[in-house]
Formats: sequence, structure tokens, C-alpha cells
Amino acid sequence: MKRVRLLLAAAMAFCCATGFAARAQEEGPAFVPKIPDRQSWSFAGPFGVYDTAQLQRGYKIYREVCANCHSMEDMHFRNLADPGGPEFTEGQVKALAAEFKVTDGPDDNGKMFKRPGRPADPFPRPFPNEQTAKLANGGAVPPDMSVLAKARSYEPYDWFPADIGYALWSMLTQYQTQGPDYISALLQGFKKPPPGFKIEPGQNYNEVFAAGNGIIAMPPPLQDGVVQYPKGPDGKPVVPETVEQYSKDVAAFLMWVAEPKLDYRKQLGLEVMIYLLAAAGLMYFVKKKVWAKVHA
Amino acid sequence: MSGQSTYVPKNALAKWFEARLPIGGLMHSSFIAYPTPRNLNYMWTFGGILSFMLGAQILTGIVLAMHYTPESSLAFNSVEHIMRDVNGGWLLRYLHLNGASLFFAAAYIHTARGLYYGSYKSPREVLWLLGIIILLLMMATAFMGYVLPWGQMSFWGATVITNLFSAIPIVGDTIVTYLWGGYAVGNPTLNRFYSLHYLLPFVIAGVVALHVWALHVAGQNNPTGIDVKSSKDTVPFTPYATVKDALGLVVFLLVYCWFVFYEPNILGDADNYIQANPLKTPPHIVPEWYFLPFYAILRSMPDIFFIPAKLAGVMAMFGAILMLALVPWLDTSRVRSARFRPLYRPFFWVLILVCIGLGYIGAKEVTPGRIVVGQILTAYYYVHFLVILPLLGLIETPNDMPNSISESVLGGNATAVPAGAHAAPERKG
Repeated sequence: MKRVRLLLAAAMAFCCATGFAARAQEEGPAFVPKIPDRQSWSFAGPFGVYDTAQLQRGYKIYREVCANCHSMEDMHFRNLADPGGPEFTEGQVKALAAEFKVTDGPDDNGKMFKRPGRPADPFPRPFPNEQTAKLANGGAVPPDMSVLAKARSYEPYDWFPADIGYALWSMLTQYQTQGPDYISALLQGFKKPPPGFKIEPGQNYNEVFAAGNGIIAMPPPLQDGVVQYPKGPDGKPVVPETVEQYSKDVAAFLMWVAEPKLDYRKQLGLEVMIYLLAAAGLMYFVKKKVWAKVHA
Repeated sequence: MSGQSTYVPKNALAKWFEARLPIGGLMHSSFIAYPTPRNLNYMWTFGGILSFMLGAQILTGIVLAMHYTPESSLAFNSVEHIMRDVNGGWLLRYLHLNGASLFFAAAYIHTARGLYYGSYKSPREVLWLLGIIILLLMMATAFMGYVLPWGQMSFWGATVITNLFSAIPIVGDTIVTYLWGGYAVGNPTLNRFYSLHYLLPFVIAGVVALHVWALHVAGQNNPTGIDVKSSKDTVPFTPYATVKDALGLVVFLLVYCWFVFYEPNILGDADNYIQANPLKTPPHIVPEWYFLPFYAILRSMPDIFFIPAKLAGVMAMFGAILMLALVPWLDTSRVRSARFRPLYRPFFWVLILVCIGLGYIGAKEVTPGRIVVGQILTAYYYVHFLVILPLLGLIETPNDMPNSISESVLGGNATAVPAGAHAAPERKG
């Protein structure tokens, strides 16, 4: 049995090796995406909650950078005031909504018209339709960001049994932040392409972007200092205005956009778990008492 | 074996009603006085857990249906509307989504328990077959439910699986057209899947009623597999089984809620949070985890003589469930429980490992090496049912068995009979 398995492993290794070799000959050096690093997030783990200040900074980046191309159509301005979110005040939300122009109508003359946004409005789309979006972005459609942070994943290991171990370990440790890890890594992943890597004009190299084999239509959206952060009493920003910090803040914001009920979910979860544990303990002793007569 | 009703209506109204429709007596004899073997372990709590899960899925599903829009351009966003704007909508959806996974986990444990303790053997064959029908209905329901959020994996999963039916000779293409309601997966497909997804759980509930009925006619099996011989072997359903089932259920709910509240998306595929796009095939189409072993069998079949690989795969996949249905007649041993079957026991665990291995292969992208492994595991799966199972009953020498259930629980010294004397009739080897 052992020998059979060894043979099998050898056969598999041979197949893989020859497969890789064949591919390498055809296409030159194959693109191997960088696996995003694990970040520590305030909202990870069973007691995790969003960092309100971080979400507010993240919103500022979305507003000033992402929103130029990316829609977020499942979000409404009013959500910015929701508990467990950026928690802007109602007055702030009114002002933030009014910064956007929203199409409304038709009016009494049958015409559509533009007006400032209101808290009840969904975030307007930057492009009226997919075709316009494509035209403006070199043929690529910038994805909607409503659930983006839940829609991105990666497999760090593709060999047995590391892949199974990784999956089980993630399940046991409640590792749920592949999405924000990925987004933050992607935003920092615009590097010089390796020698021999061909790039057409209008394309960009990104070491994390597996879906495009390293080629992404989006140009690097962030530079150090491009978004102004709130200043402390000494006149300096409280957190650094760097690409690294921006990436983390906007990734955290997008996680909230994708999962706005996370804080409440985990809080309710704790209550449910305590209740069920108590019920289990109670049932255990009831069961013992009831069955004592039978086992005697 | 069904419990004799000792139910006495307490007041005049109940007496009046009982004389016209004796439902009180039926409930009493089924869930209170019903004699249940005294040696049942916690593997026997999954029947109650499964009933609970069916009820939970139907309840959450009915409320979700009030807010969901079965139209291909609106479905995806209507799910997000439920998650964001419906009061408690996120909880309902996560309960329903993870409920499907936990439902299957419980069903597989329940089935494996039946295989281990020989619960499918005479006189419980019909009970077993009804269970297999429930499993098939669950698969159909879960598959169609997964299509409803209209994400990328919903759409492409539906495309791959419905396409399988085109492998059927002559009528295949017609069947696929009817499944789709057109010439590709689209809005009509979504509509009919929604309709059927709402219908099938009630069909399941009906078959469950038959399953419970058959159970109450044949009586429960037990870890020794020995028939109930006297009232000393049993205890009344209430409070004994009730309280044990309740404990099992609460522990099960702890696991369920762990997923719902702490990692609601970990059992799913991230790609299903991308709206369906018929023009863009995802790089790696995988079904939900509970279909993976069958998916692996489907993908591992080569062309066999005049049978194309696709048809062979479909046949092998449905054949895998057919094997389960045939188990009562493939198993030649007269001993029910693996506890007394020294050869069957290791082969049972190998089968479980093979199923897990198939699940692993089903989850991974196809490579030449994995195809070979998948084919070996598929072959073993069939060999287990078609060769090993019939052979074992002929060559195996069962271990000595206790005289009765009560003897196995309480120790048999008081009523000791020479062990060989009663074990001999069970032997065939």
C-alpha cells in the first residue's frame, strides 16, 4: 500500500513537473502572483469591531480616488451614519451626500435633471453605462465595490496537504479577511515588471493581480500624500499619509461596505453562544438525571 | 413495534376530539410512549437534528422569499437588499446559507451511521430507500437554491450541471432546453428554479413523514444491531430520547451558530459575490462542498468504448447514489452492526476516507495527476459496494454478540449463556 502511494506521488510530481516545463517553454517566464500578506485588522476575530476613525479615512479615499471610476450601488449615503460604520453625524451625511450630483426625474416637463444628493439616495454611478465605463478605462469595466471585499480570495498553497491544512486552520481560527488583505496588497502591488515581461501601453504591472496574469488596466491609484488626513493638535496628520496606510484604510472601508452588519453580528453571536453553552450545560445535567434511573 | 397508545384524553373537549380524529393518540404513541432502544448513542440524535434543520430552512426560506426578486437583472442586488435593508435580513440569509451546509453535514453523518450500524438491513430496507430519496431531493433543492443569488458560481454551476443532461442519448438536448426554458441559462431558468426551490422542501417534508412512519413500523436500529426482544431493552421516547435529542441538537446548534455569526462566508465561494456574467467564465468552477465527491466522480470518467466521457461521468455520478440505494441487497452479512464485524469496520473507515479524498479532488483544479487519483478513488468507491461488501458477508467471522440489548448495556453475567451458542446462527463463514 505504501509503495503504491509512493509511486502515485512520484507520478503526480512527474506530471506536474513536465506540465510546468511545457508551459514555460511556450510563454517565457510564467507570472507567479505574490500571495498577499496577512494584516492585522480591528474587525478580525470573534470580538473584532470596525475602527470608526479608519472607516472615516477610508471613506475619504473612496470619495476622492475610487469613486471616480468605481460604483458602490448597494450603498446609500444614509448608511454612512449607521452604527458599526464610519458613524458620521446626520449633518455630516447630509453634507457628504450633497457633494454628489444625482440624476432625478422626470420633472413636470418630462425632463431628467441633476440635483445634489440626499441621505436616502444610493451612491451614484460614475459612468452611465458599461459601455461608457469601458471606453473610459481602456476596455476594462471597473468593478462595483459594494461586495468587492467579499468577492476576492486566493489559495496560498496548491499542494497536498498544505491546502487542506490551510483551509481547516482558517476555519478554526476564523480567518475571514482574505478580501481586505488582497485589496490592500493589490493597491501596493504596482511594481516595476520583471525583465522580459511584456506590457502594452495603457496596461500596468501588478504583482498581486492573478486574474490578469500580472496585467491590470487600473493605473496605480494612490501616491503618498494624495489624500489629506485629519490633523492632530500639532498640525501633523494623526496617521501617516502613505500608500501603505491609504491601502489599509480603504480596504477596511470596503470591508465595511461589503459587510456593514459585522459589528452587530459578532456581538449577537457572543450572546447566542453564551445562551447555547448554558443551554447545553443545562441539558447535559437534565439528561444525566433522567438517565440515572436507567443506567442503575 | 409502534407504541401502543396509552393515551387518555384529559378533558371533555379532548375526549370529543379524540373520538373523531385520534391525533392525540398518534402523537402520544409516536413521540411519548414510543419504545426506543435503551443503548442508542449520540449518532441517533441526527434524525431529530435533521427534522429541525428542515423546519429551520423552510421558515427562513419563506421569509427570504418575501424579499427576494427572481429576475436575472435584479436577483443579485435583491440579495444585497436583504443583507442591508431588511430588518434581520443578514441573519436570515446567513442562517439559510449555512443551514444548507449544516443540513448536508447532518445528513451525511446520519447516512454514515446507517452504513456503520447496518440500519439498512431487513426489515428497514424501505426506510433506507426513503432516506436515499430524501437525499436526492435535498441535492436538487440545494443545487437550485444556490442558483438564486445569481452570482458567478450560481450561473456557471447551473450551466455546467444542467448541461450534463445533454449527455443522455436522444432526449438529452430536449431535457436541457426544458431545464433552461430556452437555449441558455437565463431568466426563465432562474424563474423555474425559484419555483421548484420553493416546492421541493415540502416534498421532502412529505417523504420525511413516510420515513418516520416506516421507522415507527420497523423500530429503531441500535448500536448492537440486535433486535429488541423484551421491554427491558427499551425506554419510552419521552423523556429519555427527547432529552438526549435536545442535548444533541443544542450542541449541533453551537456549531451552526459558530458559522453563522463568526464565519458566515467561509463555506462558500468568494466568486459568488460577483454578479453573474454570461460572457465571463470563472477560472475555476466548483460546486458547494457537499457536492464535491460527486463532482470528482463526474470529472474522473474517461471515454469508455462507445460511451463518451460526459455520459460516463453522469452515469458514474448518479450510480454513486444508486450504490447507496442498493446497499441492503449488496451487503450479504446477517450481522447488522459493524461493532461485531471485524473486517467490515476497517473497510467502512476506508470508504469514509475515500469519500473525503474524492471531495478533495473535486475541490481542486484538474491536473493529470489528480485525474489519476480521482479515477482510483472512484474505482475504489464502486469496488467497495460491488465487490467488498458482498464478499465480506461470506468470508467474515463475526465477533461474539450479546444476547440482548439490555445485556450489552448492563453486563450479561446474570443471564450468561455460552457465547458461541447464540452467536453461531449469525455466522456464515
